[in-house]
Amino acid sequence: MKRFLLPLAVFLLLVGFLAAGLKLDPREVPSPLIGKPAPAFDLPVLQKAGQSHAPGAGRFAPADMRGKVWLLNVWASWCESCRDEHPLMVELSKKGLLPILGLNYKDKDEDAQRWLAQFGNPYQLSAVDADGRIGIDYGVYGVPETYLIDADGVIRYKQIGAITPEVLERKILPMAAALRK
Amino acid sequence: MRVLIFAFLISIAFNARAIENNDNRIRALEEKLRCLVCQNQTLADSNADLAGDLRKQVRDQVAAGRTDQEIIDYLVQRYGDFVLYEPPFKATTVLLWVGPFLLLAAAGGFLVVAVRRRRRAPEEPALAADEKRLVERVLGPVEKSGDAS
Amino acid sequence: MIPELGHFALILALAIALVQGTLPVWGAAKRQPAFFALARPAARAQFMLIAVAFGCLAWSFYSNDFSVLNVASNSNSRLPTAYRIAATWGSHEGSLLLWVLMLSIWMLAVSLFSRSLPDAMVARVLGVMGLISVGFLSFLLFTSDPFERLLPGAMDGRDLNPLLQDPAMVIHPPMLYMGYVGFSVAFSFAIAALLDGRLDASWARWSRPWTIAAWIFLTLGIALGSFWAYYELGWGGWWFWDPVENASFMPWLIGTALIHSLAVTEKRGAFKSWTVLLAILAFSLSLLGTFLVRSGVLTSVHAFASDPKRGIFILAFLALVIGGSLTLYAWRAGKVAPGARFELLSRESMLLANSVLLLVACAAVLLGTLYPLFLDALGLGKISVGPPYFQSVFAPLMAPAILLAGVGPLIAWRKGDVAQAAQRLRWAAIVALLGALFLPLAFGRWAALTSFGLLLGFWIIGGSLTALFVRIKSGAGLGSSFLGMLLAHVGIGVFVLAVTLVKSYETERDVRLAPGESIVLGGYDFRFEGVKDVEGPNYVAARGTVMVTRNGAPVARLAPEKRIYHVQRNPMTESAIDYGATRHIYVSLGESVGDGKENAAWTLRILIKPFVGWIWGGCVLMALGGLLAASDRRYRSGTRRREQTADATLVRGSTA
Repeated sequence: MKRFLLPLAVFLLLVGFLAAGLKLDPREVPSPLIGKPAPAFDLPVLQKAGQSHAPGAGRFAPADMRGKVWLLNVWASWCESCRDEHPLMVELSKKGLLPILGLNYKDKDEDAQRWLAQFGNPYQLSAVDADGRIGIDYGVYGVPETYLIDADGVIRYKQIGAITPEVLERKILPMAAALRK
Repeated sequence: MRVLIFAFLISIAFNARAIENNDNRIRALEEKLRCLVCQNQTLADSNADLAGDLRKQVRDQVAAGRTDQEIIDYLVQRYGDFVLYEPPFKATTVLLWVGPFLLLAAAGGFLVVAVRRRRRAPEEPALAADEKRLVERVLGPVEKSGDAS
Repeated sequence: MIPELGHFALILALAIALVQGTLPVWGAAKRQPAFFALARPAARAQFMLIAVAFGCLAWSFYSNDFSVLNVASNSNSRLPTAYRIAATWGSHEGSLLLWVLMLSIWMLAVSLFSRSLPDAMVARVLGVMGLISVGFLSFLLFTSDPFERLLPGAMDGRDLNPLLQDPAMVIHPPMLYMGYVGFSVAFSFAIAALLDGRLDASWARWSRPWTIAAWIFLTLGIALGSFWAYYELGWGGWWFWDPVENASFMPWLIGTALIHSLAVTEKRGAFKSWTVLLAILAFSLSLLGTFLVRSGVLTSVHAFASDPKRGIFILAFLALVIGGSLTLYAWRAGKVAPGARFELLSRESMLLANSVLLLVACAAVLLGTLYPLFLDALGLGKISVGPPYFQSVFAPLMAPAILLAGVGPLIAWRKGDVAQAAQRLRWAAIVALLGALFLPLAFGRWAALTSFGLLLGFWIIGGSLTALFVRIKSGAGLGSSFLGMLLAHVGIGVFVLAVTLVKSYETERDVRLAPGESIVLGGYDFRFEGVKDVEGPNYVAARGTVMVTRNGAPVARLAPEKRIYHVQRNPMTESAIDYGATRHIYVSLGESVGDGKENAAWTLRILIKPFVGWIWGGCVLMALGGLLAASDRRYRSGTRRREQTADATLVRGSTA
């Protein structure tokens, strides 16, 4: 009698896992960079439309933000989902709770400038990663992606996909507040 | 002069060989890595943008002289184990790799036990002559055992 | 109006399914013939109602009714007619309606072709199928209504996914679903037998033709899917161990084990509880497959858009049906009388080994498919399990099964004679060994793995031919069941040979060619003649021309395309294939390189695949073998009527 219960037991275990699976996203690739220093880079900064690119006028490296807790938001003008989270970003920048810096990924300067002019610019500045090399260093595989980086330059959280109000309220802002202490 | 030309030709031949070997290496590496944005495709097969970028990375690093393991480690550092097309053999995947063969061993054991139990089952009583006739009348001539499919 | 009619028909069908699922089963338990007489008419009524509903949806697609949400999301006025109709099952909702239609067809078949079964049995079988229908109809009506309206109606539709705009779309899903759903018949028979408490050989004889029929459809459905992927996706692959492919392959593996196990139960009364378990597992895997594809739990190119609410519903349904049947199994299976005894070396033990190997192989596929989910759910990280894993695990598990299949038909029931079998098989062994060792040399490259694959293929074919020869010599008749088995085994051998040859000897090259340039590969000369724009019914395409010659003689003129469909705008590769019995030549367009439309160079992928067509040829042979086996005289009504009168005589005789 007991051995006939085995199939049922195995099946119930399986159902447990499948139920847990319903809450997960199989497409999400978690980042191995959490808890590690944000990879260094030195990139030109996106200028405002019409302004010429003066030499030395704009380059950015993550080390420039040492001592501050900040968000690095990877975006592009060709990215549909970026538009979904953009109003949230603009609002966040107006509240001044957290500095937001952009990484303009595989984009053209004119398109990027036009996009910011049209939808608002929440970024203190946007570094330009034209060929995606820095994106690879950060494990970017789909835009938008956002990294919360602490005062020592260590990545503490990565958001894959558009940021939602819940994620902002429940994860990012509390974590940023905790890191500032 | 002839010696120079000859040496030149030989070096071209070697370089061509080296290029071909490198191409094979690149191809082999690309087939070990997964395209992260496509479903179930290798880096070699995918048409996605990111796949193109990663393929370029692989090519650049091979040209820079890195070993296969270094290149793979480079990508795993940034994307995690998910970027490997073949799951690695670690503590968390032991069950995956060993599981089927454990199951096979267990199944083999079950088979042996089941067959032994059957052997000990009581022998069927043979049909009496008039019972056999009755059976044949109903079912038709009884086939010889052993060749019916 | 018509969509509402369809919707109403589904509601009526649900009501009837509720009746069909409860009253006949209760009637059978309480021996009330009036109740179990309801079963057959209920099944027929369900079929008619669901067919009407399906017809309504198909009509909405055909007549471009864009006020139906499903039509607006999956069709377009410029879509060719055949694909407009096929789009009926191109979405989650539509394919579920197809599922339910297939179920009603099988129910109708059971109600029509079961004259010789006891009415109580038929009542239980149709009752169980009715309950399954209740589940799916509820799922349709409550979470996935195909008749949902879009008001105001759209001007035009969003078009069918270009990958689905293909002739294979017209038959692959119906075939596949006939197979998946067909296992519900064997399942229902098993449950009916467990409910009845009587698990005897006659149950196995009744189940077997139904199971083989379902298996035939599933075999063809999977083969079609593989062939479609091969010519459609553009890189020459034909099996990707994708979760949805695995979801169709697992029921096939268990279905194969079930057919073999039913043979033993039918002939020798042995393995009764094992066969029942396999019948439950086969359909359970079909249901699990349905869950995996629609719940969003796994990613796949095949997966429909997911919705957590749907996932929960299907999971609950799954838990109920499978959990319930396994509980019934645990309760009742122990009470089954053990079968006749047999020796360690006998046909029974070989078939048992076959069952077990197939079950382990299926478990391995399931493990690989779900392992990423297991790890993620336990918070242990994220990995991906792809073809390299499945290939390295599946082949070693299947090799012993194939070796056994070559020997099995020559081993007698109950007690086999090893010496005699070995003696008979010596020629097959020699030929197989020689073939395996020397054929690679004809291709120019010898490798141990290639040789082993060839050995397996030749061995199973050789063993089958030997069995045929022995049977002919013995003078006993060649029943279609026996011939069907041999043909199916030969089909497997052909499949194994084809896979081995393709994997070992295919050649592939990615090249960039300007118009006029050519390249030599595998003895063929490929000259690229440029690309020009053409217009299709609902797409524009860049069509390339490649002239293939061999030693100067023309072989083929291939026209690979890169299409952009007007509505969905994803670029689609249509590869060009020259189909030959000994090889396929496969060319697909990559990207255009550099500027200048007319004389631009393009990247091309060229593949030469030896004997690849025999992969699907082997599957067709398997299906034909199944057809032969299912049509055996034993299963046809004529034979049974004779037995029924004989039964009556027996009863009268014993009371005298």
